[in-house]
Amino acid sequence: MSDDHSWSWSKEQSIPSDTAAGRVLLEELLDELRRQDWEERDVFGVHLAVEEALVNAIKHGNQEDPAKQVMVQTHVSATAVKIEVTDEGGGFDPEAVPDPTDDENLEAPSGRGLMLMKSFMSSVEFNDAGNHVAMTKVKGEED
Amino acid sequence: MSERRRITVNTVGDVHVVRFNDRKILDTTYIGELGEELFSLLEEPGSHKLLLNFDGVEFLSSGALNKLIFLDRRVKEVSGSLRLTNLRPELNEVFMITRLHELFQIFEDEVEALADLNSDD
Repeated sequence: MSDDHSWSWSKEQSIPSDTAAGRVLLEELLDELRRQDWEERDVFGVHLAVEEALVNAIKHGNQEDPAKQVMVQTHVSATAVKIEVTDEGGGFDPEAVPDPTDDENLEAPSGRGLMLMKSFMSSVEFNDAGNHVAMTKVKGEED
Repeated sequence: MSERRRITVNTVGDVHVVRFNDRKILDTTYIGELGEELFSLLEEPGSHKLLLNFDGVEFLSSGALNKLIFLDRRVKEVSGSLRLTNLRPELNEVFMITRLHELFQIFEDEVEALADLNSDD
C-alpha cells in the first residue's frame, strides 16, 4: 500500500519503554478502528500484531531501559491501517527467528509473536537494522 | 495455598477446572503470576488433571502461549492431563495458525473435556 493513502486519523507518539504506556496508545488505535466500523475480527488481528510489536520493541529492543523510547506512528482509514514501531535497540534479524510451526520447534516457547504478526496483518516489513517494523492491514482481507 | 488472584479453581471429581479472572492475558507480570498459580496445582498431592476453561478470555499474547507450553511440559513430567475448552473463534485461530492445536487437546466445552479426562482412567 502506498503512503499516500487517504488516512483519516494519524498519530505519532514517543513512549517510554513501558508496556503500560504502549497499551494506552494501543487502546486509542483500537477505539479508532471500531469508530470507523472495522469488524471485530480485524480489530483482534491488529490488536494482536501491535501488542506483539510493542512488547518486542520494549522488552527485546530497548531491554526496558527507561532512558530509551519507542516511536509509534499509526494511520487509520476506513479501509486500511498502518502501524510503524521503532525502538532504540540493536535490532534483530527476523529471518533468523525459527519457524515455531516446524515439527522440531512445536514445543519451543519462541517465535510465535512474529509469526502471529505476519499472519494477522496484510504486510510486515522490517528495516535492515531490525529495529523498525512497518505493518499494514487492509480491512476485511483474508490473512 | 495462598490466595489465587489470576484464576478461579473448582474441583469436579478429580479434575481441577480452571477459569481465568481477566479478559486479556498479555502482561508479563500477570502471566508470571498466572503461571505460578497454575503450576502450584501440579505441586499439590493427588490429581494432576487440569481443565483450562477460556470462557470470557478475549485475548492471549504469545507470552501467554509460551506459558501454556511450559505448563504442558510440566503436566507431562508429572504424568498428568491437560485439556483446554471454550476458546473463542479468534483464539482458536491463533492455536491453529501456530499449530498449537496439535500440542494441546482442545474441546468445545467442559462437558466434552471432562468426559475425555474421565475416559483416561
